[in-house]
Amino acid sequence: MTTITPYRSPVQQGRDGFGQLLRAEWTKFRTVRGWVIGMIVAVLVTAGLAVLLAKSTSPQCAAQTGNGQQHAVACGQPNYTVGPGGELVRDDFDFIRQPLVGSGSITVRVTSLATASGGPNGPQSVLVPWSKAGIIIKDGTSQGSAYAAILVTGGNGVRMQWNYTGDAPGVPGAVSAASPRWLRLTRDGDTVTGYDSADGARWTQVGSVTLAGLASTVQAGLLVTSPVRSVYSASLGSGSGISSPTVATAVFDQVGRTGRWPAGGWTQDVVGADDMGVATAAGRYHQVAGQFTVTGSGDIAPLIAGALNDGPNITVRDYLLGLFVGLIAMAVVATLFMTSEYRRGLIRSTLAASPNRGRVLAAKAIVIGAVAFVVGLAETAGAVLIGTRIAHSEGVNLYPEPWPTELRIIVGLAALFAVAAVFTLAVATIVRRSAAAIIIVIVTLVIPFVLSAPPGIPAGLNDWLLRVTPAAAFALQQPAPQYYQVAANYSTGSGYFPLAPWAGFAVLCGWTALAVILAASLLRKRDA
Amino acid sequence: MSQTALAADGSPFTDALHAEWTKLRTLAGTGWLLLGVVALTVAVSAAADAAAQCPAGGCQADPAKLSLTGIMVGQAIVVVLAVLAISNEYSTGMIRVTLTAMPRRLTVLAAKAALVVGLVLAAAAVAVLACMLLGRLILPGHGFTPAHGYQALSLGDGPMQRAACGSVLYLGLVALLSLGIAAAVREAAVAIGLVLGLLYVFPIVGSVASNPHWQRHLEQIGPMTAGLYIQATVGVKTLPLTPWQGLGVLAAWAFGALLLGALVLRLRDA
Repeated sequence: MTTITPYRSPVQQGRDGFGQLLRAEWTKFRTVRGWVIGMIVAVLVTAGLAVLLAKSTSPQCAAQTGNGQQHAVACGQPNYTVGPGGELVRDDFDFIRQPLVGSGSITVRVTSLATASGGPNGPQSVLVPWSKAGIIIKDGTSQGSAYAAILVTGGNGVRMQWNYTGDAPGVPGAVSAASPRWLRLTRDGDTVTGYDSADGARWTQVGSVTLAGLASTVQAGLLVTSPVRSVYSASLGSGSGISSPTVATAVFDQVGRTGRWPAGGWTQDVVGADDMGVATAAGRYHQVAGQFTVTGSGDIAPLIAGALNDGPNITVRDYLLGLFVGLIAMAVVATLFMTSEYRRGLIRSTLAASPNRGRVLAAKAIVIGAVAFVVGLAETAGAVLIGTRIAHSEGVNLYPEPWPTELRIIVGLAALFAVAAVFTLAVATIVRRSAAAIIIVIVTLVIPFVLSAPPGIPAGLNDWLLRVTPAAAFALQQPAPQYYQVAANYSTGSGYFPLAPWAGFAVLCGWTALAVILAASLLRKRDA
Repeated sequence: MSQTALAADGSPFTDALHAEWTKLRTLAGTGWLLLGVVALTVAVSAAADAAAQCPAGGCQADPAKLSLTGIMVGQAIVVVLAVLAISNEYSTGMIRVTLTAMPRRLTVLAAKAALVVGLVLAAAAVAVLACMLLGRLILPGHGFTPAHGYQALSLGDGPMQRAACGSVLYLGLVALLSLGIAAAVREAAVAIGLVLGLLYVFPIVGSVASNPHWQRHLEQIGPMTAGLYIQATVGVKTLPLTPWQGLGVLAAWAFGALLLGALVLRLRDA
């Protein structure tokens, strides 16, 4: 006759929402003292390495003090030319010019472009793919001013180039007396249009560009230049390079002009400096019966940063290499975040409390990803700040980074940390053993990059590794764009990667997605 | 009262060796890891050989170093093998049984070290011989010909002998370094992370040090960078240290780590 009341626990029933699960995982992370200390130590070590890296790249120039003692001082900063877009540029060429007032055009025929390299055995004929001869309209003769040009090149056919970084292809093939090229530039307001022709009758427009704020009087005329020719021992990392200046000689005729050209004749000029130091003005230029022979050396192009290149050798990326230590520490913690559940048997409690296993994995991924993002952000931003500060105080010749690139590097690398942590967590879920998980992550994420450092591995293998492995994501570190129209040392050692920054990051994301799908499916199917 | 004589038929060290050998031998992982050391080393070396080019103008490449490139990757598996020899005991609780049976802790560590290093040296010898053979077969097809100043790789050649034997010893020392660190920190993932971080951070940091003074300094104190000087057969005179001194730097790191591991093992509760 008694009614049995079922037992009800006085403890209020907890909600089993995803928020609770996140909170549980966050508690698990934050209460393991070793992991938190490990993360703090990793941040400090990367900061220390950034100091070491910044100091180790600072130049030491011996100088005499008053009392005759030698001491190390910072070397003087070279003066770089800045282009209209704010980028560092080279602007050195031979210029046969006249002022052009208002709108007008200039047409010319190029019959020959030959290049020679100055070597110990005297001048030798060489092919320089980006030697240039053609016509240019330029906003004055000062270095770094705006321009548009249409050119014949040594190995890349006719090109229209403007403002140092712009480039568009025209008629392909080399120029010779049997196969000359006609070039034309017309100016109309701020717009300069380039045309080319193989017969002087049928013209094709190569490009049309707007040079904002072009003065009403511009300098227009013939341009000849030829860049330094470098041979890198690219087979071994960032090894060494041998470079020699080259000099180009071009022959022009059938010069035609329309518009107002107030000057009586042509002026011979050298913009910037000359690589070869061609002896006399007479040696550079002569004109016989409307035929111009012009010699020049230098380049009109963006300046390429990085080791063995013309631009600043040091970039902000050099201070970021200590992140590998931070990344290994992050991978260790992300591994343990999963494997210690198995080792201690905690996984059974975890899965009993939240039977939906996919959600457990998602909660863990979000917690470890968020922690990794914050830690990565602290490490990257710290390294960049410390590195640039020391660089400025020690007079390091540091490549000036535009702020969008700097932001991409810092935020991108923090995102790399986050995704790499999720990747590690997924791998750890798949293999369940700490040793196996950590080694898989280090071999795929860190070693491909280590191999690119000297003594290094052959460039072909290196490029392949940095395209297909998760390490492709380090392309986010690339500090400066790669210009195909400038021959330079674009090796990983100099900071250039085979994939574009976000494309490389996408490779890591792809691997992570695969690992997470496999991990979720195995976690559901297997007994814990 | 009669004391039961448990089969104590040898010196404590021989017994410890025997016990450790049984443990290592009966783990499925040991064989696979040793196979992994050989396979990864040979595969990466072969890929490096195949990707190398020595153009007609000559090159500064070092054929011995090139054909032994895989050592830089294979060492990661050596680290795993050596770390697991110790960490596995802690993660399963086996260490308490081991230390109860053999209370002389340093003897246990010495026995482990002797066995692991022995196994690693054997695997490394196989891997290095295979790498040299592949280099001898592949490199002449990629411009490493007598016309460009390169003889075919041969173990009869003095510097080549040094590179080959030294690379085997290099992997043995990396195993010792890993054992020491694993004994000190116990957890496998932490130990592997620490050892590989220590090995790889010096070449990465050294690669950007444009200041030659710093660069030489970083290279000659790094266990991996200095240790791999032993592979040099070209430009040996320009190295900051002689090849054997370089291997000595790695040996100093390895014995330092082992000492630390021995101290922790001796002083801390298992």
